[in-house]
Amino acid sequence: MIRLEAVEVLAGERVVVHPTSLELAERSVALVGPNGSGKSTLLRLLNGLVLPSHGRVLVDGDEPEHALAAVRRRVGFVFTDPDAQLVMPTAVEDVALSLRRVGVPRGARDARARELLAAQGLAGLADRSVRELSSGQRQLLALTSVLATGPAVLVCDEPTTLLDLHHARRVADVLLAAPAQLVVATHDLALAARTERALWVQDGRVVRDGPAGDVVAAYRASEPG
Amino acid sequence: MSRRPGRGPRGLDAGAPLLGRHRPGTSALHRARPGPKLAGLAAVGLVAGLARAQAPAAPALALLAVLLLAVAAGALAAGLGVAYLAGQLRRLAAVLVLLGAVQWLTRGPLVAAAVLAGLVSCVWAAATVTGTTPVPVLLDAVVRALRPLRGLGVDPDRVGLALLLAVTSIPVVAGLLTDSRAAAAARGLPRDPRAVLVPTVLRTVAHAHAVSEALAARGLVDD
Repeated sequence: MIRLEAVEVLAGERVVVHPTSLELAERSVALVGPNGSGKSTLLRLLNGLVLPSHGRVLVDGDEPEHALAAVRRRVGFVFTDPDAQLVMPTAVEDVALSLRRVGVPRGARDARARELLAAQGLAGLADRSVRELSSGQRQLLALTSVLATGPAVLVCDEPTTLLDLHHARRVADVLLAAPAQLVVATHDLALAARTERALWVQDGRVVRDGPAGDVVAAYRASEPG
Repeated sequence: MSRRPGRGPRGLDAGAPLLGRHRPGTSALHRARPGPKLAGLAAVGLVAGLARAQAPAAPALALLAVLLLAVAAGALAAGLGVAYLAGQLRRLAAVLVLLGAVQWLTRGPLVAAAVLAGLVSCVWAAATVTGTTPVPVLLDAVVRALRPLRGLGVDPDRVGLALLLAVTSIPVVAGLLTDSRAAAAARGLPRDPRAVLVPTVLRTVAHAHAVSEALAARGLVDD
Protein backbone atom coordinates (compact mmCIF):
# COMPACT_ATOMS: atom_id res chain seq x y z
CA MET A 1 0.00 0.00 0.00
CA ILE A 2 1.29 3.44 -0.97
CA ARG A 3 0.06 6.45 0.92
CA LEU A 4 0.75 10.15 0.39
CA GLU A 5 -0.26 12.32 3.33
CA ALA A 6 -0.56 16.03 2.51
CA VAL A 7 2.56 15.80 0.38
CA GLU A 8 3.85 19.04 -1.11
CA VAL A 9 6.99 19.49 -3.23
CA LEU A 10 8.61 22.89 -3.65
CA ALA A 11 11.46 23.89 -5.94
CA GLY A 12 12.56 27.16 -4.39
CA GLU A 13 9.47 29.36 -4.47
CA ARG A 14 7.75 27.26 -7.13
CA VAL A 15 5.18 24.64 -6.13
CA VAL A 16 5.83 21.49 -8.18
CA VAL A 17 3.24 19.36 -6.37
CA HIS A 18 0.48 21.05 -4.36
CA PRO A 19 -0.58 19.39 -1.09
CA THR A 20 -1.82 15.98 -2.15
CA SER A 21 -3.20 13.02 -0.21
CA LEU A 22 -3.64 9.65 -1.91
CA GLU A 23 -3.90 5.96 -1.18
CA LEU A 24 -2.80 3.66 -3.97
CA ALA A 25 -3.91 0.10 -3.31
CA GLU A 26 -4.96 -1.00 -6.81
CA ARG A 27 -2.98 -3.53 -8.82
CA SER A 28 -2.28 -0.92 -11.53
CA VAL A 29 -2.46 2.87 -11.48
CA ALA A 30 -1.74 5.28 -14.35
CA LEU A 31 -0.83 8.96 -14.14
CA VAL A 32 -1.78 11.00 -17.18
CA GLY A 33 -1.34 14.69 -17.90
CA PRO A 34 0.71 17.13 -19.95
CA ASN A 35 4.49 17.53 -19.77
CA GLY A 36 5.58 19.47 -16.69
CA SER A 37 2.38 18.72 -14.78
CA GLY A 38 4.17 16.97 -11.89
CA LYS A 39 3.69 13.31 -12.86
CA SER A 40 7.39 12.46 -12.73
CA THR A 41 7.82 14.23 -9.40
CA LEU A 42 4.92 12.26 -7.93
CA LEU A 43 6.55 9.04 -9.13
CA ARG A 44 9.97 10.00 -7.80
CA LEU A 45 8.44 10.53 -4.36
CA LEU A 46 7.59 6.83 -4.24
CA ASN A 47 11.17 5.60 -3.97
CA GLY A 48 12.91 8.58 -2.47
CA LEU A 49 14.43 10.11 -5.60
CA VAL A 50 12.50 13.22 -4.52
CA LEU A 51 11.67 13.90 -0.89
CA PRO A 52 8.56 15.90 0.05
CA SER A 53 8.98 19.46 1.28
CA HIS A 54 5.92 18.91 3.52
CA GLY A 55 3.84 15.88 4.41
CA ARG A 56 4.99 12.29 4.15
CA VAL A 57 5.07 9.31 1.83
CA LEU A 58 4.54 5.78 3.14
CA VAL A 59 5.33 2.60 1.21
CA ASP A 60 4.04 -0.39 3.14
CA GLY A 61 4.47 1.72 6.27
CA ASP A 62 8.05 2.83 5.54
CA GLU A 63 8.97 6.45 4.79
CA PRO A 64 11.64 6.88 2.08
CA GLU A 65 13.11 9.71 4.14
CA HIS A 66 13.88 7.39 7.06
CA ALA A 67 14.11 3.92 5.49
CA LEU A 68 15.48 4.61 2.03
CA ALA A 69 17.18 1.25 1.46
CA ALA A 70 14.10 -0.70 2.58
CA VAL A 71 11.83 1.36 0.31
CA ARG A 72 14.14 0.94 -2.68
CA ARG A 73 14.27 -2.82 -2.14
CA ARG A 74 10.49 -2.79 -2.42
CA VAL A 75 10.05 -0.21 -5.20
CA GLY A 76 11.59 -0.82 -8.63
CA PHE A 77 11.87 2.16 -11.00
CA VAL A 78 11.94 2.19 -14.80
CA PHE A 79 12.91 5.42 -16.58
CA THR A 80 11.90 6.79 -19.97
CA ASP A 81 15.39 6.40 -21.41
CA PRO A 82 16.91 3.01 -20.57
CA ASP A 83 20.43 4.12 -21.51
CA ALA A 84 21.11 5.65 -18.10
CA GLN A 85 19.80 2.55 -16.38
CA LEU A 86 21.87 -0.09 -18.17
CA VAL A 87 25.38 -0.02 -16.76
CA MET A 88 26.89 -3.39 -17.71
CA PRO A 89 28.36 -4.18 -21.15
CA THR A 90 26.02 -7.06 -22.03
CA ALA A 91 22.38 -7.85 -21.40
CA VAL A 92 23.01 -10.92 -19.23
CA GLU A 93 25.57 -9.04 -17.14
CA ASP A 94 23.17 -6.20 -16.46
CA VAL A 95 20.48 -8.56 -15.18
CA ALA A 96 23.16 -10.38 -13.15
CA LEU A 97 24.11 -7.06 -11.52
CA SER A 98 20.55 -6.77 -10.19
CA LEU A 99 20.75 -10.34 -8.90
CA ARG A 100 24.04 -9.51 -7.16
CA ARG A 101 22.26 -6.70 -5.30
CA VAL A 102 19.59 -9.03 -3.95
CA GLY A 103 22.17 -11.57 -2.77
CA VAL A 104 21.92 -14.32 -5.40
CA PRO A 105 25.15 -16.35 -5.06
CA ARG A 106 27.83 -15.62 -7.66
CA GLY A 107 27.70 -19.09 -9.20
CA ALA A 108 23.94 -18.93 -9.77
CA ARG A 109 23.63 -15.43 -11.21
CA ASP A 110 24.44 -16.11 -14.86
CA ALA A 111 21.99 -19.00 -15.23
CA ARG A 112 19.24 -17.15 -13.37
CA ALA A 113 19.82 -14.00 -15.47
CA ARG A 114 19.50 -16.06 -18.67
CA GLU A 115 16.24 -17.58 -17.39
CA LEU A 116 14.82 -14.12 -16.71
CA LEU A 117 15.87 -12.87 -20.16
CA ALA A 118 14.35 -15.94 -21.80
CA ALA A 119 11.08 -15.31 -19.96
CA GLN A 120 10.89 -11.91 -21.69
CA GLY A 121 11.81 -13.35 -25.08
CA LEU A 122 15.33 -11.88 -24.91
CA ALA A 123 17.32 -15.13 -24.71
CA GLY A 124 18.98 -14.51 -28.07
CA LEU A 125 20.25 -11.12 -26.91
CA ALA A 126 21.82 -12.29 -23.65
CA ASP A 127 25.44 -11.92 -24.77
CA ARG A 128 24.93 -8.90 -27.02
CA SER A 129 26.30 -5.50 -26.08
CA VAL A 130 23.53 -3.32 -24.67
CA ARG A 131 24.65 -0.62 -27.13
CA GLU A 132 23.78 -2.90 -30.06
CA LEU A 133 20.17 -3.35 -28.95
CA SER A 134 17.27 -1.31 -30.30
CA SER A 135 15.51 1.20 -28.02
CA GLY A 136 12.66 -1.25 -27.51
CA GLN A 137 15.00 -4.12 -26.66
CA ARG A 138 16.92 -1.88 -24.24
CA GLN A 139 13.71 -0.86 -22.48
CA LEU A 140 12.66 -4.52 -22.17
CA LEU A 141 16.11 -5.28 -20.78
CA ALA A 142 15.91 -2.41 -18.26
CA LEU A 143 12.53 -3.73 -17.19
CA THR A 144 13.91 -7.27 -16.85
CA SER A 145 16.80 -5.97 -14.72
CA VAL A 146 14.37 -4.18 -12.41
CA LEU A 147 11.99 -7.15 -12.17
CA ALA A 148 14.97 -9.40 -11.35
CA THR A 149 15.07 -7.85 -7.88
CA GLY A 150 11.48 -8.91 -7.20
CA PRO A 151 10.00 -5.49 -6.36
CA ALA A 152 6.58 -5.30 -4.72
CA VAL A 153 5.91 -2.03 -6.55
CA LEU A 154 6.98 -1.20 -10.10
CA VAL A 155 7.13 2.53 -10.82
CA CYS A 156 7.58 3.55 -14.46
CA ASP A 157 8.10 7.05 -15.82
CA GLU A 158 6.85 7.17 -19.41
CA PRO A 159 8.37 3.78 -20.27
CA THR A 160 6.97 3.62 -23.81
CA THR A 161 7.57 7.20 -24.96
CA LEU A 162 10.73 6.43 -27.00
CA LEU A 163 9.48 3.16 -28.47
CA ASP A 164 7.93 2.08 -31.75
CA LEU A 165 4.37 0.74 -31.67
CA HIS A 166 5.43 -2.91 -31.54
CA HIS A 167 7.77 -2.47 -28.59
CA ALA A 168 5.41 -0.05 -26.83
CA ARG A 169 2.78 -2.78 -26.91
CA ARG A 170 5.25 -5.43 -25.71
CA VAL A 171 6.50 -3.27 -22.84
CA ALA A 172 2.91 -2.47 -21.86
CA ASP A 173 2.06 -6.19 -21.83
CA VAL A 174 5.07 -6.95 -19.61
CA LEU A 175 4.21 -4.11 -17.22
CA LEU A 176 0.59 -5.19 -16.82
CA ALA A 177 1.57 -8.85 -16.33
CA ALA A 178 4.39 -8.10 -13.86
CA PRO A 179 4.02 -9.68 -10.41
CA ALA A 180 4.07 -6.27 -8.73
CA GLN A 181 1.80 -3.29 -8.16
CA LEU A 182 2.23 -1.00 -11.18
CA VAL A 183 2.31 2.80 -10.97
CA VAL A 184 3.01 4.27 -14.39
CA ALA A 185 3.13 7.83 -15.74
CA THR A 186 2.40 7.77 -19.45
CA HIS A 187 1.28 9.65 -22.53
CA ASP A 188 0.29 6.28 -24.00
CA LEU A 189 -3.43 6.47 -23.36
CA ALA A 190 -3.96 2.92 -24.61
CA LEU A 191 -1.67 1.72 -21.81
CA ALA A 192 -3.32 4.03 -19.26
CA ALA A 193 -6.77 2.73 -20.21
CA ARG A 194 -5.66 -0.85 -19.45
CA THR A 195 -4.89 -0.01 -15.80
CA GLU A 196 -7.44 -0.18 -12.97
CA ARG A 197 -7.23 3.41 -11.81
CA ALA A 198 -5.98 6.62 -13.35
CA LEU A 199 -5.01 10.01 -11.95
CA TRP A 200 -5.11 13.05 -14.19
CA VAL A 201 -2.36 15.40 -13.03
CA GLN A 202 -2.38 19.04 -14.09
CA ASP A 203 -0.29 21.95 -12.76
CA GLY A 204 0.90 19.91 -9.77
CA ARG A 205 -2.57 18.77 -8.71
CA VAL A 206 -4.58 15.59 -9.17
CA VAL A 207 -7.59 17.05 -10.94
CA ARG A 208 -9.40 13.78 -11.59
CA ASP A 209 -9.14 10.35 -10.02
CA GLY A 210 -11.16 7.24 -10.81
CA PRO A 211 -11.53 4.15 -13.00
CA ALA A 212 -8.97 4.35 -15.77
CA GLY A 213 -11.51 4.21 -18.59
CA ASP A 214 -13.40 7.23 -17.27
CA VAL A 215 -10.35 9.36 -16.47
CA VAL A 216 -8.63 8.57 -19.78
CA ALA A 217 -11.82 9.40 -21.71
CA ALA A 218 -12.14 12.73 -19.89
CA TYR A 219 -8.46 13.55 -20.44
CA ARG A 220 -8.69 12.61 -24.12
CA ALA A 221 -11.78 14.83 -24.52
CA SER A 222 -9.91 17.78 -22.96
CA GLU A 223 -7.08 17.61 -25.51
CA PRO A 224 -7.42 20.06 -28.39
CA GLY A 225 -7.94 18.50 -31.82
CA MET B 1 28.25 16.00 -45.49
CA SER B 2 29.02 12.89 -47.49
CA ARG B 3 30.23 9.65 -45.99
CA ARG B 4 31.63 6.66 -47.79
CA PRO B 5 29.27 3.70 -47.61
CA GLY B 6 30.13 1.12 -44.98
CA ARG B 7 32.22 3.52 -42.93
CA GLY B 8 31.26 4.58 -39.41
CA PRO B 9 31.90 8.01 -37.92
CA ARG B 10 35.51 8.85 -37.21
CA GLY B 11 36.87 8.69 -33.67
CA LEU B 12 35.96 6.27 -30.92
CA ASP B 13 33.59 3.48 -31.84
CA ALA B 14 30.46 4.23 -29.83
CA GLY B 15 29.21 0.68 -30.21
CA ALA B 16 32.24 -1.09 -28.81
CA PRO B 17 33.82 -1.12 -25.38
CA LEU B 18 37.24 0.52 -25.37
CA LEU B 19 39.16 -2.48 -24.07
CA GLY B 20 37.48 -5.34 -25.86
CA ARG B 21 34.43 -7.40 -25.06
CA HIS B 22 34.55 -10.67 -23.17
CA ARG B 23 34.88 -13.65 -25.51
CA PRO B 24 33.87 -16.93 -23.88
CA GLY B 25 36.48 -19.68 -24.15
CA THR B 26 38.23 -22.52 -22.33
CA SER B 27 41.88 -21.39 -22.49
CA ALA B 28 44.12 -21.31 -19.43
CA LEU B 29 43.63 -17.55 -19.24
CA HIS B 30 39.85 -17.96 -19.38
CA ARG B 31 40.04 -20.46 -16.51
CA ALA B 32 42.49 -18.39 -14.45
CA ARG B 33 41.16 -16.45 -11.47
CA PRO B 34 40.77 -12.69 -12.02
CA GLY B 35 43.14 -11.72 -9.17
CA PRO B 36 46.29 -13.17 -10.78
CA LYS B 37 45.24 -11.75 -14.15
CA LEU B 38 44.88 -8.27 -12.68
CA ALA B 39 48.24 -8.72 -10.91
CA GLY B 40 49.76 -9.75 -14.26
CA LEU B 41 48.31 -6.65 -15.87
CA ALA B 42 49.84 -4.51 -13.14
CA ALA B 43 53.18 -6.27 -13.68
CA VAL B 44 53.06 -5.54 -17.43
CA GLY B 45 52.43 -1.88 -16.66
CA LEU B 46 55.27 -1.78 -14.16
CA VAL B 47 57.80 -3.46 -16.47
CA ALA B 48 56.72 -1.29 -19.42
CA GLY B 49 57.08 1.86 -17.34
CA LEU B 50 60.49 0.96 -15.90
CA ALA B 51 61.89 -0.18 -19.26
CA ARG B 52 60.56 2.87 -21.07
CA ALA B 53 62.29 5.11 -18.54
CA GLN B 54 65.62 3.48 -19.50
CA ALA B 55 65.11 3.87 -23.28
CA PRO B 56 66.95 4.16 -25.63
CA ALA B 57 69.35 1.80 -23.78
CA ALA B 58 69.56 -1.47 -25.73
CA PRO B 59 68.53 -3.77 -22.82
CA ALA B 60 65.42 -1.65 -22.23
CA LEU B 61 64.44 -1.81 -25.90
CA ALA B 62 65.01 -5.56 -25.93
CA LEU B 63 62.92 -5.98 -22.79
CA LEU B 64 60.06 -3.96 -24.32
CA ALA B 65 60.19 -6.04 -27.50
CA VAL B 66 60.03 -9.25 -25.47
CA LEU B 67 57.19 -7.86 -23.36
CA LEU B 68 55.19 -6.88 -26.44
CA LEU B 69 55.69 -10.29 -28.06
CA ALA B 70 54.87 -12.11 -24.81
CA VAL B 71 51.63 -10.17 -24.31
CA ALA B 72 50.61 -10.77 -27.94
CA ALA B 73 51.46 -14.48 -27.63
CA GLY B 74 49.36 -14.71 -24.45
CA ALA B 75 46.37 -13.08 -26.17
CA LEU B 76 46.68 -15.36 -29.19
CA ALA B 77 47.04 -18.43 -26.98
CA ALA B 78 43.77 -17.41 -25.29
CA GLY B 79 42.13 -17.55 -28.71
CA LEU B 80 41.49 -13.81 -28.95
CA GLY B 81 42.88 -13.63 -32.48
CA VAL B 82 44.89 -11.15 -34.52
CA ALA B 83 41.74 -9.22 -35.52
CA TYR B 84 40.90 -8.64 -31.85
CA LEU B 85 44.37 -7.21 -31.13
CA ALA B 86 44.31 -5.13 -34.32
CA GLY B 87 40.92 -3.75 -33.30
CA GLN B 88 42.40 -2.39 -30.07
CA LEU B 89 45.04 -0.52 -32.08
CA ARG B 90 42.54 0.76 -34.63
CA ARG B 91 40.52 2.49 -31.89
CA LEU B 92 43.66 4.15 -30.57
CA ALA B 93 45.26 4.84 -33.96
CA ALA B 94 45.03 8.63 -33.70
CA VAL B 95 46.54 8.64 -30.20
CA LEU B 96 49.33 6.25 -31.20
CA VAL B 97 50.24 8.24 -34.30
CA LEU B 98 50.24 11.56 -32.43
CA LEU B 99 52.20 10.20 -29.49
CA GLY B 100 54.71 8.46 -31.74
CA ALA B 101 55.23 11.60 -33.84
CA VAL B 102 55.78 13.84 -30.81
CA GLN B 103 58.25 11.38 -29.24
CA TRP B 104 60.10 10.93 -32.55
CA LEU B 105 60.46 14.69 -33.05
CA THR B 106 61.44 15.48 -29.48
CA ARG B 107 63.42 12.41 -28.35
CA GLY B 108 64.21 10.36 -31.44
CA PRO B 109 62.91 7.21 -33.12
CA LEU B 110 64.18 4.72 -30.51
CA VAL B 111 62.40 6.43 -27.63
CA ALA B 112 59.27 6.74 -29.79
CA ALA B 113 59.41 3.00 -30.47
CA ALA B 114 59.89 2.30 -26.76
CA VAL B 115 56.94 4.49 -25.75
CA LEU B 116 54.65 2.88 -28.32
CA ALA B 117 55.81 -0.65 -27.46
CA GLY B 118 55.12 -0.02 -23.76
CA LEU B 119 51.71 1.53 -24.43
CA VAL B 120 50.62 -1.21 -26.85
CA SER B 121 51.78 -3.89 -24.39
CA CYS B 122 49.57 -2.34 -21.70
CA VAL B 123 46.57 -1.97 -24.02
CA TRP B 124 46.84 -5.56 -25.27
CA ALA B 125 47.35 -6.88 -21.73
CA ALA B 126 44.26 -5.00 -20.52
CA ALA B 127 42.27 -6.20 -23.54
CA THR B 128 43.40 -9.75 -22.81
CA VAL B 129 42.09 -9.47 -19.24
CA THR B 130 38.73 -8.04 -20.36
CA GLY B 131 38.57 -10.49 -23.28
CA THR B 132 38.98 -13.53 -21.03
CA THR B 133 37.09 -12.32 -17.94
CA PRO B 134 33.41 -11.34 -17.72
CA VAL B 135 32.93 -7.84 -16.28
CA PRO B 136 30.91 -9.07 -13.26
CA VAL B 137 33.80 -11.38 -12.33
CA LEU B 138 36.23 -8.45 -12.55
CA LEU B 139 33.84 -6.34 -10.46
CA ASP B 140 33.68 -9.05 -7.77
CA ALA B 141 37.49 -9.34 -7.79
CA VAL B 142 37.97 -5.60 -7.33
CA VAL B 143 35.39 -5.50 -4.54
CA ARG B 144 37.06 -8.48 -2.80
CA ALA B 145 40.52 -6.90 -3.12
CA LEU B 146 39.29 -3.65 -1.57
CA ARG B 147 37.54 -5.26 1.41
CA PRO B 148 40.58 -4.95 3.72
CA LEU B 149 40.38 -1.17 3.20
CA ARG B 150 36.86 -1.00 4.62
CA GLY B 151 38.34 -0.07 8.00
CA LEU B 152 39.86 3.03 6.39
CA GLY B 153 36.44 4.20 5.24
CA VAL B 154 36.66 2.76 1.70
CA ASP B 155 33.36 1.35 0.41
CA PRO B 156 34.45 -1.54 -1.88
CA ASP B 157 31.09 -1.79 -3.68
CA ARG B 158 31.06 1.91 -4.42
CA VAL B 159 34.67 1.92 -5.69
CA GLY B 160 34.04 -1.18 -7.82
CA LEU B 161 30.94 0.38 -9.31
CA ALA B 162 32.81 3.64 -9.99
CA LEU B 163 35.55 1.76 -11.88
CA LEU B 164 32.94 -0.18 -13.80
CA LEU B 165 31.13 3.01 -14.79
CA ALA B 166 34.38 4.68 -15.82
CA VAL B 167 35.02 1.88 -18.32
CA THR B 168 31.45 1.41 -19.56
CA SER B 169 30.79 5.16 -19.93
CA ILE B 170 33.54 5.65 -22.52
CA PRO B 171 31.45 4.37 -25.46
CA VAL B 172 28.47 6.38 -24.20
CA VAL B 173 30.45 9.62 -24.21
CA ALA B 174 31.87 8.67 -27.62
CA GLY B 175 28.28 8.28 -28.86
CA LEU B 176 27.34 11.72 -27.50
CA LEU B 177 30.36 13.21 -29.27
CA THR B 178 29.33 11.55 -32.54
CA ASP B 179 25.76 12.88 -32.17
CA SER B 180 27.05 16.39 -31.44
CA ARG B 181 29.29 16.27 -34.51
CA ALA B 182 26.35 15.23 -36.66
CA ALA B 183 24.15 17.97 -35.17
CA ALA B 184 26.87 20.59 -35.75
CA ALA B 185 27.29 19.43 -39.35
CA ALA B 186 23.51 19.61 -39.87
CA ARG B 187 23.61 23.23 -38.68
CA GLY B 188 26.42 23.99 -41.14
CA LEU B 189 29.04 24.24 -38.37
CA PRO B 190 31.06 21.04 -38.80
CA ARG B 191 34.37 22.69 -37.90
CA ASP B 192 33.21 24.91 -35.04
CA PRO B 193 34.59 23.33 -31.85
CA ARG B 194 32.03 25.14 -29.67
CA ALA B 195 29.17 23.63 -31.65
CA VAL B 196 30.57 20.16 -30.94
CA LEU B 197 32.17 20.40 -27.49
CA VAL B 198 29.59 22.50 -25.61
CA PRO B 199 26.63 20.18 -26.31
CA THR B 200 28.84 17.13 -25.71
CA VAL B 201 29.90 18.40 -22.29
CA LEU B 202 26.35 19.43 -21.34
CA ARG B 203 24.89 16.10 -22.46
CA THR B 204 27.66 14.20 -20.67
CA VAL B 205 26.85 15.98 -17.42
CA ALA B 206 23.12 15.31 -17.96
CA HIS B 207 23.90 11.65 -18.66
CA ALA B 208 26.00 11.41 -15.48
CA HIS B 209 23.11 12.87 -13.49
CA ALA B 210 20.65 10.42 -15.07
CA VAL B 211 22.98 7.48 -14.37
CA SER B 212 23.40 8.48 -10.74
CA GLU B 213 19.63 8.74 -10.35
CA ALA B 214 19.12 5.37 -12.05
CA LEU B 215 21.77 3.71 -9.88
CA ALA B 216 20.08 5.08 -6.78
CA ALA B 217 16.70 3.88 -8.06
CA ARG B 218 18.16 0.40 -8.68
CA GLY B 219 19.45 0.41 -5.10
CA LEU B 220 23.06 0.06 -6.30
CA VAL B 221 24.15 3.21 -4.45
CA ASP B 222 22.64 5.36 -1.75
CA ASP B 223 22.02 9.05 -2.35
